[in-house]
Amino acid sequence: MKMSKTSKVIIYILLGLVAVYFLSPFVYMFFTAFKTEAEAIAYPPKLFPAKWLFENFVNAWKAQPFGTYLWNSILVTVGTTAGQILSCSLVAYGFARFNFKGKNILFMILLSTMMIPWDVTMIPQYMEFKMFGWINTLKPLIIPAWFGSAYYIFLMRQFLMGVPKDFEEAARIDGANSFQIYWKIFMPILKPSLILVGVLNMISVWNDYLGPLIFLQDRSKYTLALGLASFKGVHETQIIPMLCITIIMIIPPIIIFIIAQKYIVEGTSGSIK
Amino acid sequence: MKQNNLMKKATPYLFILPWIIGFLVFTIGPLIFSLVMSFFDWPLTADPTFVGIGNYVKMFTSDKQFLKSLTISLKYAAIFVPLNMIIALFLAMLITQPVKGVKIFRTIYYIPTVISGVAVSILWGWILNGDYGVLNYLLSLIGIKGPKWLVDPAWALLAVIIASAFGVGSMMLIFYTDIKNIPIDVYEAAAIDGANPARQFFSITLPIITPTILFNLITSIISSFQQVTLVMLLTGGGPLKSTYFYGLYTYNNAFKHHKLGYASANAWVMFVIILCLTALVFKSSSAWVFYETEAGGTEKKKKRGGKK
Repeated sequence: MKMSKTSKVIIYILLGLVAVYFLSPFVYMFFTAFKTEAEAIAYPPKLFPAKWLFENFVNAWKAQPFGTYLWNSILVTVGTTAGQILSCSLVAYGFARFNFKGKNILFMILLSTMMIPWDVTMIPQYMEFKMFGWINTLKPLIIPAWFGSAYYIFLMRQFLMGVPKDFEEAARIDGANSFQIYWKIFMPILKPSLILVGVLNMISVWNDYLGPLIFLQDRSKYTLALGLASFKGVHETQIIPMLCITIIMIIPPIIIFIIAQKYIVEGTSGSIK
Repeated sequence: MKQNNLMKKATPYLFILPWIIGFLVFTIGPLIFSLVMSFFDWPLTADPTFVGIGNYVKMFTSDKQFLKSLTISLKYAAIFVPLNMIIALFLAMLITQPVKGVKIFRTIYYIPTVISGVAVSILWGWILNGDYGVLNYLLSLIGIKGPKWLVDPAWALLAVIIASAFGVGSMMLIFYTDIKNIPIDVYEAAAIDGANPARQFFSITLPIITPTILFNLITSIISSFQQVTLVMLLTGGGPLKSTYFYGLYTYNNAFKHHKLGYASANAWVMFVIILCLTALVFKSSSAWVFYETEAGGTEKKKKRGGKK
């Protein structure tokens, strides 16, 4: 479509203004992390630090066992992502490529579970995990992911529904069974969808606060999100270490998103209808 | 042969078995248990006692905080949901404009969504600080004396809304992919007929994306009722409980005050409210949502199919 020069200019101005709104908090946070505490709360604020204190990051990292937190976060993130990818693809394949008794009802049930508020199942789940002896371990954060999440199953099923029906015929004639077809033919086809689910899961688990808050007690079990939040309670006025850890914590999801954004954008399309 | 047949019948169930197990153990089991719990007085450390509908009665008669929290959450949803949708739609329109470099802006707008939770709460807690926060500094530059956002009961709810609007990206993206799928020739035909951009938006874009509007409306109503993390870290429910959201109220009853039965009843009330609101939205949707299968949809489908 053709577009006049004036409307182009207006669009760029709007795009730029919104970008400033979204970016400036990060930019400002980045510069502040290198300041002294006094400089950070000085009023009126200045953008650049008088002196760049790189040791702020080292001190913040040492203030709590953040190495341990990081490791726990990685364990939970990788552990849940592996589970989601495997189980969601299995279930989605089952729903998308077979006809069986009760399929529609089961799928409706799956969809309706998305409506259940977190709060309703959280309290009994807490008691359940307590009974299992899982409290204060990473298990309650990882193991449920190995049974699939409704939303991710739904996303993958939508994707698989688009693959032509005769796709598995050839393999079946060659004598492959359903699991071989799933693993050797459909897993490679599903790759964009697997990446999408993997990235969405990684980002949400990495940022999750309430799950770790409820299930973990010892600092040795804390995840990064929990450690960062505990900063807030313990050292109410120490802004600098808090900002430093925040910066460290937001870098991985941003990098993952930038690398995989093609899949997020494509995966979002057609997922709703 | 018979065994083979059985195996064939069982195969689909084997594929969906992980979800079935998970559903029983992590969803329906807890769901039933939670309903049962809601009829008990169940302190974490002592044995439960059956109280019938006592918890529900207490909520509506003697627990003032229940109604207050419910009102706050409803108020939040009433402001946040439409506001967020308008912003998301506006941004989606902006990033579908055919100008160079627009992809970079799309990335920038989405990034805050990627870092939700604790990091965003801390970021906004610092920006909104009444003494040294940069937002009030910026307001002072244009001659406005900013409020003490997080410690002033009159402004705290708005502060939470401002901070949560930062994560508008995922909704924007859903609108964006939908708008991008609208074939250009529809607009070109309209332009030839003399429709200006505003007219094109209201007569073409908006009707086509109504199913997506419905989807976003429902998901954001649900999520606004479950908002916990942000308020917990940003205001802790204060000042003077002005941001004591329903989700936070339920959470505190369960895990802070250890009233597990009562909190379960709270959660069920929330569930019923969400169901009612969703049903209401669905019911109204026949009046304003247009699906592809209805008139004018065939063209669009063809285009989509051709793209793959």
